[in-house]
Amino acid sequence: MKSANRKNRPLAVAVTALVGLPVLLSGCGTAPSSSSESVSEISVMDYYNNEPDKTFIGDALTACGTKAGVTIKRETVPGKSLISKVLQQSSSKTLPDVLMLDNPDLQQIAATGALAPLADFNISTDNFAPGVLSAGTYKDKVYGLAPTVNTIALFYNKDILAKTGVTPPSTWDELEAAAAKLTSGDQYGLAFNANPTYEGTWQFLPVMWSNGGNEKNIDTEETAQALQLWTDLVKDGSVSSSALNWTQADVKDQFLAGKAAMMVNGPWQIPSLDKQASLQYGVVKIPVREAGQTVVAPLGGEVWTVPQTGNKARQAKAAEIVDCLNSDENQLGMAKVRNTIPSKTTLADKFAAENPKLATFTELVKTARARTGQLGEEWPAQATKIYTAIQASLTGKASPAEALKQAQGQ
Amino acid sequence: MALTTDLSRATPKGKTGAGKAGKGNAIPAARRGIRQRRERLFQWLFLVPAVVYMALFFGYPVVKNVVMSFQDYTTATFFTGEAPWVGLANYATVLSSSLFSTSLLNTALFTVGSIAGQFVIGLALAIFFQRKFPLNGILRSLLLLPWLLPLIVSSAVWRWILDKDSGTLNRFLGDLGVVDTGVPWLTSTSLALIAVVGVNIWIGIPFNLTILYGGLQEIPDELYEAGSLDGATGWKAFRHITWPMLRPVVSVVLVLGVVYTLKVLDIILGLTNGGPANSTQTIATQSYALSFAEFKFGEGAALGNVLVVISLVFAVLYLRASRRAVDE
Repeated sequence: MKSANRKNRPLAVAVTALVGLPVLLSGCGTAPSSSSESVSEISVMDYYNNEPDKTFIGDALTACGTKAGVTIKRETVPGKSLISKVLQQSSSKTLPDVLMLDNPDLQQIAATGALAPLADFNISTDNFAPGVLSAGTYKDKVYGLAPTVNTIALFYNKDILAKTGVTPPSTWDELEAAAAKLTSGDQYGLAFNANPTYEGTWQFLPVMWSNGGNEKNIDTEETAQALQLWTDLVKDGSVSSSALNWTQADVKDQFLAGKAAMMVNGPWQIPSLDKQASLQYGVVKIPVREAGQTVVAPLGGEVWTVPQTGNKARQAKAAEIVDCLNSDENQLGMAKVRNTIPSKTTLADKFAAENPKLATFTELVKTARARTGQLGEEWPAQATKIYTAIQASLTGKASPAEALKQAQGQ
Repeated sequence: MALTTDLSRATPKGKTGAGKAGKGNAIPAARRGIRQRRERLFQWLFLVPAVVYMALFFGYPVVKNVVMSFQDYTTATFFTGEAPWVGLANYATVLSSSLFSTSLLNTALFTVGSIAGQFVIGLALAIFFQRKFPLNGILRSLLLLPWLLPLIVSSAVWRWILDKDSGTLNRFLGDLGVVDTGVPWLTSTSLALIAVVGVNIWIGIPFNLTILYGGLQEIPDELYEAGSLDGATGWKAFRHITWPMLRPVVSVVLVLGVVYTLKVLDIILGLTNGGPANSTQTIATQSYALSFAEFKFGEGAALGNVLVVISLVFAVLYLRASRRAVDE
């Protein structure tokens, strides 16, 4: 009995420890915070976890931190897990001082009350492109600003087009004719992505919006015409039906391999395209149905925000960092190295002149539209309907008009 | 060791105690009472870790998920903690959605197709490896590879293999002259589900092979020897000896397989993301999309619970099957 008892004692201790551990752990979560302390460190969270963006953003943050007299404690998380991390942190009240968000997510997070309006810190919102501001605005208050933004356009392979005697298209008719002519053997005329995710929706928006389509109600003539174009291109064989499952990176790979003469894609692909020295490419705006229509492209990019951490002194310092990231010099510098576009329209001409490769994109950003501009937090649901309709129409399950009607009614 | 010394010490004590019978009878009884109570206490303490673990990591998520399915649980809930009670509204929305019947049918086809393929191929391979031949062990361990690869890696590789224009499979079939043009494995509404089932069969074979092989090893050789004397060889031996002896293992493999397959998510997300036009959308992928793409956590939880109930039916079957296996 005695020896058995002695053997059991460590076990009993272990059991008590096991039971007590979660209690202890949960107690550690809430660290006291007072607003009177002087701020020496600012925590930052973003999703630039890959090089070279990681370093570019890191350098800009460090410089801004030095200017504001604080050290930056930065955490980078993979893009896919950022939102779940943010939600987790908002329930445990451990949000960082400065938070980066993908622009279509901003309204969703602002609606929870987790972000502070930037007007509280007297941050100027002058000169920003209207699309950029609408992406950062929730219920008439600006919550986030993007130093640089992006959008999508039509890339074309100069050599293939010259060989076939095709000029870059600017209308839908020209696009269909060019794509058909450029399709031969292993090579498709055009590549885009129409996969069942928000990326598929994003790539369709330029044709839908430029033709006057509206995301509030997709069951319209204008949107049906746009979807008809996408459907015809696949039905004619000018675009591989693999588009239904491609990502934008796959589209770029097709273009790089010479298997697609043109592609719909964004400026972030430029570094990989430039790596292949033999590839000569040009960029034009995505064609419109009739000459004279304005191209309305969707706005991409990340906004920087100041979460409601409850510590006024820290929030004020965080706001300084956000303001600094959006300074003219930082916008120009980051845009150049990251192949993105400065979000202030006042910088556009200077930037386009210095970076001719990005001139088309710079032009597009002036009129680009934010995905959440009209629908706000309702955007994810509507974006789902749009890609559902695209998939139904491209697979031939329904005509474009029917597919849009069904999806809108869901 | 401790147990034996304990016993040897206890025995003489017991004897002396019995010798003084009558006089000190009350004292050992009381001592025995304390001893019993202490033993009870230790028995409970031994249970505590398991109970705490189950409550924390199984009980809490399940209860939370059930509660969530009755709430309007959105992104704002995480910050404010407010989740208005909506009763059965989430279930009504999810079950009346036009997508639900599609997802349910796809889930059924996916599960039945995967299980049938995995089981038949797994059993055939298990019987094949029963024979003694060189490299048997090495080949058998190589077959475990699909099981060891991260699912997201497998699905990425299969996405390449099944690509319509430059996929290896289409190239291979083209060289054989079986097909002229690329087969749109993952982008045709009629083929995508078949392709996804095929990949899932590939992933599931090692599990079936391993368990069934183990079951086959348990069957005594004498039965086959006796059977062969009576003329039962080949198919007859399988029909009358192998199959009846393997039955308990088979039921366990099938029921576990169903539960695993019902909840498959990463393979489908990696291969098709539920497309094209929802032709590979299952209840699991639909529930994931509702919660993590559209941020409708309440509806996602409701649909998740529907899946849990379906799994539960098979889990109960499993428990009954395994109990019968023990009884036998």
